Amino acid sequence: MLNMKDVSKIYRTESVETHALREFSFDVDEGEFISVTGPSGSGKTTFLNIAGLLEEFSGGTYELDGCNVTNLNDRERSRLRNEKIGFIFQSFNLIPELDVFDNVDVPLRYRKFSSAERRKRIDRVIDLVGLGSRAHHLPSQLSGGQQQRVAIARALAGEPRFLLADEPTGNLDSQMAESVMELLEDINRNGTTIIMVTHEKNLAKRARRNIFMRDGCVSNNDSALHLAASSA
Amino acid sequence: MISYYAKLGLLSIRQNPVLSALMVAAIATGIGACMTIVNIDYVMSGNPIPHRSSLLYHVQLDSWDPYEAAEEPNEPPDQVTYLDGTALLKAGKARRQVLSYRTGRVIQPDGDGQLPFQVSSRSTSADFFSMFDVPFLYGSAWDKAADDSAAYVVVLGREVNEQLFGGQDPVGRNVVMNGDTYRVTGVLDNWQPTPKFYDVSNQSFGEVEEVYFPLSVSIAEELSSSGNTNCWKPVPETTWQAFLNSECVWMQLWVELHGETERSDYLAYLDAYVESQKAIGRFPRPLNNRLYNVMEWMQNQEVVESDVKVLLGLAVLFLVVCLLNTIGLLLAKIMRRAGDIGLRRALGASRNAVFAQYIVEAGLIGIVGGVAGIGMTMLGLQGIRILYGEFDFIDRLVHLDWIMMSTAIILAIVSALAAALYPTWRACGIHPASQLKSL
Repeated sequence: MLNMKDVSKIYRTESVETHALREFSFDVDEGEFISVTGPSGSGKTTFLNIAGLLEEFSGGTYELDGCNVTNLNDRERSRLRNEKIGFIFQSFNLIPELDVFDNVDVPLRYRKFSSAERRKRIDRVIDLVGLGSRAHHLPSQLSGGQQQRVAIARALAGEPRFLLADEPTGNLDSQMAESVMELLEDINRNGTTIIMVTHEKNLAKRARRNIFMRDGCVSNNDSALHLAASSA
Repeated sequence: MISYYAKLGLLSIRQNPVLSALMVAAIATGIGACMTIVNIDYVMSGNPIPHRSSLLYHVQLDSWDPYEAAEEPNEPPDQVTYLDGTALLKAGKARRQVLSYRTGRVIQPDGDGQLPFQVSSRSTSADFFSMFDVPFLYGSAWDKAADDSAAYVVVLGREVNEQLFGGQDPVGRNVVMNGDTYRVTGVLDNWQPTPKFYDVSNQSFGEVEEVYFPLSVSIAEELSSSGNTNCWKPVPETTWQAFLNSECVWMQLWVELHGETERSDYLAYLDAYVESQKAIGRFPRPLNNRLYNVMEWMQNQEVVESDVKVLLGLAVLFLVVCLLNTIGLLLAKIMRRAGDIGLRRALGASRNAVFAQYIVEAGLIGIVGGVAGIGMTMLGLQGIRILYGEFDFIDRLVHLDWIMMSTAIILAIVSALAAALYPTWRACGIHPASQLKSL
């Protein structure tokens, strides 16, 4: 459902060219839970930005759910992003002046669902993440773990084909991190594909597949081997 | 989605009250300054008789000095002589024609304790009222027979009727003016064409006259004009008849013509008339007769002072400066919300959606700025009223009607939208990835 072939990304300034991704090829099948690890500057962020259609790439091809995204215009990319992808950010990125209900509502508004349809979806995902009683709380009235659950609910509301999670537990204590990971595993078990960037090896191990990136390339596409080696 | 964007806009205004208030203040100040002058220009340059202005023509004949035009470069005099005015009135070549001049009368009330009082008056022919569509509260104008027989009849203004008859219907009753008794045929309803188009040589924005009576009576009574009188050669004697026979211009002649054919026919008639006068030694200048309809005449007479146009330009420039400030404030506000924009882009908002969101927000600020701008305009007009309070017509110039209020709101919204274009364009260009750190 996600196929990148020889994707490259070059950042150019007047005097310097930086290769963030080099002939990056990567396939994701439906229902996978993939962790992406690697040192800083290895290209994880660039990969996720390109996968999430937030950034253009310099070369190669990228097909998302059968659609070649190379020549899409802004409106088509936005629509594809809205319909197919859910984002979960390290710092939650909730809109502080909107309550839980309205934060979850944001992507649905751009989908132009009816009011009744939006309400049904919002109620369902808020219940799913266990925040049914907090629908009209502002983000500032919630704990970090609860805020991340709201972000997950927002990502799920549009019923996307896959979730892109960037350090989803990075700002949480271990107890909250565990509950968020369990929630993500539940979501994956229900069929949603997840790609998660993390620095934490114990979290990466819980994914079914791990890719390790270095210098803009996939250095290792087998989590068991790499993680075992680095543990040793 | 518009209602959603409006909701977000209101939320944003509440979240940034100081910045929003500054934007509203900048727009309101610009609109206030601009609309104050626009309003005065609008009132001054308005059409005083829109439904008939293209049918009414002011007549000019160049009976002036052979060596010097009445007004450079080659303008004929604004008014006509008695000789020409009465000749053209009598000829009746137009559908209707009216010859008139401004004069003054003293009314002597017959009630106990009421002192005589002076009134402005207009001596005119009967067609004045129908040609200029003057509204009547009671009765009607006098008829042509009254003109011909120099009947002592009078039409009163509403205020004079209040003063003399307590506002009751006075038709058929008598009024004594300068010792002569006049029979009342009618009372005008409220009527104040602005500008006072039929006689711009005597205060373009002055009040209409308080009393009207036949021209034939005023000529018989030897009532001189209280308006402008201009002569290019001396009157040989000081008698009334000598003045009437002179080349002095002091009367206003208007005709009613329908369509271009009637206009050109009448102009040809005027030329023929002048040629006939040349034959007896008058009209030493080349043919130079003019027919202007109401709005052409207002323009010719530069009823709107050039100072007002300069002020209008300055006011528009001031509005532009205010808008530049608004652009800066909007830019600051939008850039502060770059994270929010990046997030919305990541969640599926297209550039168009971001554009629509911020344009709607700017529109809301424009509406509030427009309403506040109306308040500022009222303040500005009040300032002008205080500054020029000694002129009796100033109240009419500083009146703000619904058209101007709507214009203020629309101008404010358009201004706010124009000011929002650049900041919104910048907002659309915000790269979501750069605002979301990693993702």
